[in-house]
Formats: sequence, structure tokens, C-alpha cells
Amino acid sequence: MKPEVETTVPRVELRPKDAAAGQWLEVAMGPHHPSTHGVFRMDVVLDGERIVQLKPVFGYLHRNHEKLGEGMSYLASIPYTDRLDYFCSLTNNWAYTLAVEKLAGLTVPERAEYIRIITAELTRLQNHACLAGFLLQDLGATGTPLMYAFREREKILDLFEALTGARMMCNYMRFGGCRCDLPEDWVPRAKKVVAETPRFIDEFENLLATNEILLARTQGVGALPAALAVNAGITGPMLRASGVNYDLRKVDRYGLYDRFAFKVPLGAHGDTYDRYFVRMLEMRESVKILEQALATIPDGPIIDPKTRLRGFRPKGGEAYGRIEAPKGELGFYLISDGGPNPYRYRIRPPSLINLTVLEDLCRGHTVADAVAILGSVDIVLGEVDR
Amino acid sequence: MELAAAALALHEPSMFSLEEIKSRLEAAIPTARLEIVANPSPSGQHSLRVDRDSAVAVARLLRDHAELRFDYCSNVTGVDWLAAEWTEKVKIKQPVEGGEQEIEATRTARRPAHLEVVYHLYSMEHRQGPLILRLCTGDRTADSHLPSLTPIWRSCEFQEREVFDLFGVHFDGHPDLRRIFMWDEFKDFPMRKDYVEPDDYEYEPTPHDEVLAKARKHQLPEAPT
Repeated sequence: MKPEVETTVPRVELRPKDAAAGQWLEVAMGPHHPSTHGVFRMDVVLDGERIVQLKPVFGYLHRNHEKLGEGMSYLASIPYTDRLDYFCSLTNNWAYTLAVEKLAGLTVPERAEYIRIITAELTRLQNHACLAGFLLQDLGATGTPLMYAFREREKILDLFEALTGARMMCNYMRFGGCRCDLPEDWVPRAKKVVAETPRFIDEFENLLATNEILLARTQGVGALPAALAVNAGITGPMLRASGVNYDLRKVDRYGLYDRFAFKVPLGAHGDTYDRYFVRMLEMRESVKILEQALATIPDGPIIDPKTRLRGFRPKGGEAYGRIEAPKGELGFYLISDGGPNPYRYRIRPPSLINLTVLEDLCRGHTVADAVAILGSVDIVLGEVDR
Repeated sequence: MELAAAALALHEPSMFSLEEIKSRLEAAIPTARLEIVANPSPSGQHSLRVDRDSAVAVARLLRDHAELRFDYCSNVTGVDWLAAEWTEKVKIKQPVEGGEQEIEATRTARRPAHLEVVYHLYSMEHRQGPLILRLCTGDRTADSHLPSLTPIWRSCEFQEREVFDLFGVHFDGHPDLRRIFMWDEFKDFPMRKDYVEPDDYEYEPTPHDEVLAKARKHQLPEAPT
């Protein structure tokens, strides 16, 4: 990382001398394209099959979530955060409640912190499994890898359903703790699911990690240099695939993450393959955290009963809270004017900001590679557009 | 209980206090007008207000200074402040016979209407932060221009576009300042506090003529001759 990363905004070479006259073709990929994972559009300009320029177009799912947040109480926003990155509602809950806890100076009981870590790591497991499945689906491995990933995800969603009553829109965490305690047989069930996961990862890797087509399609495709990744605010597995050791679980040590032994996997090349493989390695680390947390979860309250959830009015001030969500740094910035609703409610969306470098990654590659690169960025449009 | 307090403390700039950073910046950039904005919340995240003219120089120094190295701009957001007036109680000293006496008086405080943009900076290299920068516009209409920090941190690119789109802050020096979530023909700024929703959400002009030409201009590079 050199300090002198000057003018990091790329200049588009609009008139390459070697391009043949009249060969430009503008294609709108999306908003209804199976590889865009929702309603996302890439306006690409092609020279033959090579990408000359790529402009992401957002807003098809924009509902001004932040304005909605300003119009409702602190408690009422929690179910809305589920709908941001709808694969990872529990980590969304956590980031929001963490920001509110900082704003109001609330503390969380130990058991609730454990439950948060367990649910967040389960969320990470299913998110990364699905990402790998979708990426391979985009590369042409139709069906099988995705169904394998979804089979694992179902087990985890069953756990979420038993705990929160919902499979995806969990609405589980509250500022100061959690909504309800674990059901009686939940910990043994979770232990069983976690114990089965390494076998799934092994199987997945045996089938795919050295697959010739996967290697040919992903290695050396869309390489992201570390300096650009830092400057462009890339976070999460995508940043670590470029070799930058920055994991908020280690840096901020929010929750009780410093109690657990786990490593931060790093990539070396920052290409699509590294982005895929870092996630497979992260799943193994999540399993380690889960094993430790499930073995040592203490008894106790899950929320201070004196916490006033309804009619909650933090004093004036502001706070920025952030966590390591499966897709990157998910932050909430809240300004309170002492009223029942936040004066300003801002979400720092990792999915949107990780797309900043999409054009840099795709330029010079083919359209088919753009699909693979986008798949390895890991976006959910509910969070991109908000 | 102590653990949570320790976790909060970790979020403060660990190597330098905000005062130290401020004095360093003032020494390096004498024209900069900096002001620490206290945050009364338990989060203790105080921020630094920077004047518009020296914002880019301050940002560049923060990024490149070997001891500070705020190489990562995490979050960019706008805040809309309407004009406000309130009364507050202050203690003033009044000379009386044989010394001074402290008396309480009420004072009227005013806040002019303005837009504010907040940047949350972290250092990945030194693992410190957040350092919070605040930039203010002169008003909410004609003088709503701020310098763009996208040339310093690329991560501001989409986020400044978002602030432009939803709050109407014009960033001078931004390489690609367009609406990002709302459509190009949209007129108002929805995140402003005095925004009034349209009666009819269905109306959306089909791009033609002028609009189409504008769209072409930023989408299709000129074909080589």
C-alpha cells in the first residue's frame, strides 16, 4: 500500500487507436438478466466481445429506506433492516442495534452477545454457501452446486425459524439484547448442523475447487489490486481476497469476538477465483467460531428487562456503528435530536460500495467474464438500492 | 458491562486525539479553519468541521500523512438542517461590587438552514478511527456546493452521487455527478426535510429528444473515426 495513490478515478480511453471504426455496441445487461441477481443493470459498451466501458445503473428497487427510517421509531426500524440484504437479516439487525446501543450507551448481556455471534456466523455460512452456488450457476454449472448450497442453507434457515419464527425476515435483535431466548433443544440442533458443515465444504471443494472450467473462467479474471481496493472502500471478503488484512471482527472486536480463536483468510491475487476461495475458507473459520460459541454459551438474561424498547428516546447526539457483515462493512449512522424517531438514519451499504470498482474489474474482459466478476462481488439489490 | 465500555473506547482514534490531529492539520495547512464539534452522546464520536476551501487539502493530508494515514473513507452521508431558533440558558459573569458574580441568562441561538456532508474515515494501516469530517454548505439553494473528495477516496464516488441525488449537494470536481437512485428527469431531492411527495407516482416521462440526447452523452462513448 503506497501512500501516493494519486487520482484513483480511472480515465476511460474513449478512442483506442486499434479499435475498428463503427464496432462499438451498447448493450443494456439487465435489469431483467438472470446473472444480475435482481434488478441491476449494467450499461456496457462493447468492442466485439470486449468491454470498453461499463456503467452500473441502480435504483430499480429504491424505496428510500432512509427516509422511512426517519419517519418511524427506533424499534419500528428493526424489521425494515431485515429487508436490506434479505439473505442476512440477522447481521442487518445486529449492525442497527449496535449503532443504537452506541447512541444510547446501552450494554448487552453476555448470553445475548453469544446468541448474536452464533446467529451472525450461521448467517455468514449460508450467505457464502449461496454465493458460491450462484457464482457457479452463473458460470454455467446449472443447478447442482446451487442446490447443494441451498440444501445446507435450508438446515440453517430451519434453525432461524425455530429461534425467531421466520426463515428470512428474522426481526430478532433488539437494542440491549435479543427478542427471545433460545428454544430448549436449539443448541444441540445447531451443534449437529455445524458438525455437518465441514463435510459439505469438503464435498463442495472436491467437486469444484480444482475444476478445470472453474479455474479457466475465474483465475486471472477481474484482478483487484490492494491499493485500489482500500482506496475504493471495498470491504469484506472482496477486500481480503486482494490480500488486505482487515476484518472488523478483529479490528473493532465488537461483540465478544476476541474470546474466540479464528483466522482471517487472505487471498494473494485478488481475482475472481480468490474471491470465491476466500469465502470457502471463511466458512471454515465460521465453523470454528460456532463450535467454540455453542460449547461455551453461558446462561443468563438475554436483555436487560428495564430497557425501554417502546417509547425509546435517546438523548441528542450521533453514533456510527459497524459490523463485519457477510458482504462487507455494514454500518449505521444515526443522529438523534432527542425525539422518538432518528433525525437522520443512514445505512452504509457494502453491496453498493463494493460495486464502485466493477468497471475497473470488467474493462478489457468479455461479457461472459463480467457475469463471473459480478457474481464474485456478492451483491443483494435490496441493500444496493435501499 | 466493562466489556462494552472497552469496546466503545476502541472506536476512538487510538494513536492521536482529535485535538492533536487538529493541531497537526493547522500547522500543515495554516489557511484551514477547523472546529471540533462535540458529540454529547455516549458514543463519544466527536467530529471535525472543515471549511470548504481547504477540505481537499485537509483530506489529502489525512490520507497521506505517515502517522495518520486515513486511507479508507467508509461512509459519506448528507444531513439536512432546516433553520432553527431556540433559547438556551447560559451562565455569564457580571462584575459587581467587590468582584464577579455568575448569573444565569437566556440567550437565543440560531442555526441557519444548510446542508451538511459527513465523512467517516478510518485507517486500515494503523487501525484507528473513526475520524469524522463535516462539511457545510452556505445554504440549501444557490450556495449548495462543496468540493468533492472522490479524487482523494474513490469510495466517495457513489456515495457523493447519492448525496447529490437525495439531498441536492453539488460536488465540484466529482468525475461523474449524476443521479444514482432517482431517474434523471426527477426534479426534487427526496431526503430533504421539507420534501413533499408527488401526488402521482406513476408519472414518468419516456426519454425522448433532449433527455435521450443527454442519456446518450453519458452512456455511449463516441465511435472512433
